[in-house]
Amino acid sequence: MTQAHGDALLSVRDLSVTFDTRRGPFQAVRGISFDVGRERVGIVGESGSGKSMTGRAILGLVRAPGRVAASCLTFDGIDMRNLPERQMRRIRGQRVSMVMQDPRYSLNPVMTVGRQIAEALRVHGRPPRDEIRRRSLDMLNEVQIRDPERVLKAYPHELSGGMGQRVMIAMMLVTEPELLIADEPTSALDVTVQLEVLRILDDLVRRRGMGLIFISHDLRLVSTFCDRVLVMYRGRIVEEIEARRLHEAKHPYTQGLLNCLPRIGGGHGDLPTLQRQQAWKDA
Amino acid sequence: MTDAPVPRIEVRDLTVVFGEDERRVVAVDAVSFRVEPGASFGLVGESGSGKSTVLRAICGLSPVAGGQILIDGKPLDLRRDRAFTRQVQMVFQDPYGSLHPRHTIDRILSEPLAIHGFRDRETRITGALADVGLDPAFRFRLPHQLSGGQRQRVAIARALILEPTILLLDEPTSALDASIQAEILNLLSRLRREKNLTYLFVSHDLAVIDHMCDRLLVMKGGRAVEELTEGALSHRRVESDYTRALMKASEGFVRPAGAA
Repeated sequence: MTQAHGDALLSVRDLSVTFDTRRGPFQAVRGISFDVGRERVGIVGESGSGKSMTGRAILGLVRAPGRVAASCLTFDGIDMRNLPERQMRRIRGQRVSMVMQDPRYSLNPVMTVGRQIAEALRVHGRPPRDEIRRRSLDMLNEVQIRDPERVLKAYPHELSGGMGQRVMIAMMLVTEPELLIADEPTSALDVTVQLEVLRILDDLVRRRGMGLIFISHDLRLVSTFCDRVLVMYRGRIVEEIEARRLHEAKHPYTQGLLNCLPRIGGGHGDLPTLQRQQAWKDA
Repeated sequence: MTDAPVPRIEVRDLTVVFGEDERRVVAVDAVSFRVEPGASFGLVGESGSGKSTVLRAICGLSPVAGGQILIDGKPLDLRRDRAFTRQVQMVFQDPYGSLHPRHTIDRILSEPLAIHGFRDRETRITGALADVGLDPAFRFRLPHQLSGGQRQRVAIARALILEPTILLLDEPTSALDASIQAEILNLLSRLRREKNLTYLFVSHDLAVIDHMCDRLLVMKGGRAVEELTEGALSHRRVESDYTRALMKASEGFVRPAGAA
């Protein structure tokens, strides 16, 4: 077993997620290992590559009948494998948070934004009401919501997609987590709003020294936003590379993913397509 | 002007309004453009720009409040007739939502043929499947047995089976993985060449539009921002700040200066 990194916030060794199907066990994640420090790590892959399952497995959010196994899964030195649900909850939301793709499904539709943020703060201890209010407003300000007083009283359906996603991020960050797992946090947003949300996340990583796992299908976005990229294919990490050197990627899958994207000024000729090879599965 | 060819599609001052009084929303506001026969024209914009509403208006699915839509120089009637559906077909974004979940591919492709009274169904169905690069074995499967890319191929086959001259494409690859998107875009390019089709292509992705279209119209909030001719994007000959912002955004994230 590899020793965990000294300065790593999160250490993962031989993580696998297995589902039993009628055709026998299916491994969505097949023995992957990586560390995350106080940095931006991108996990990239196509649908079915296991990138979302990896994020969920870290937080113990894979539902039965899915099974998670790992030889090491530590956050800040705490072994997260088989942690009792009570103690897991002390970490989840408080020290490690997760932002999901679509605010329409991850916000409670019948609760005001204010109550949802307060709920996140109340999970541990009972801060006084004016402190909750102050921290909620500060957080909404921080994610650049212009009218936080009004948004606090609003229901999710009264917000636009971009606002909803910023509220989601505010809710996840109000507890000041040390690690944020963001699963396609901007994919449902318009490009211009997308960049705004990324700027907020980027700022939080730099100012608070937060670790960030950024899960995305968008290789171009990840290469410009993250420090390091893990490329996943069929449940395995096929390549790990510094984001700014992504164009030097060696694995044919990574190269294929980069090349098949149309570019402005790339002409009307046929796009190179990805020729999947059996060997990649065992990479 | 007199010897210019009659455009295949011409939209003049198209206005679409939803709701009344205080709930009145002008979704498309006096938008005009022309698409020549065999050309591929792009409509690009963010959500709420009205780009999909223009397509739906052409199909008669949006309440047109003003302006005119002409196909081959002839204004469209209020109701779209069968001749219209023979000529104009649409491909939607979501290949999961646009195919009947309990109809086999064979039945999905047969339906338009039955409606229009075609006799040579057998040859047309096998031909359409071959056109979109699907194995004949898929013919008697159900949509859930197909991947997203294969479903989108079926949706394209269904649109092509009546041999239309115009395809309206509403974000046809936005729900697909990048590698599958490349395959579908290549397929659409090939079909346009082979069948001399005219495309009206809607997307939020500037790079996809630049790749697929000769000319394009940038839309925002229901209005036309600017029309760009071939090569304008690649040479950055754009007028409006909005188009420039879209171009910049499509290049990815730029870390603010001084940040590590």
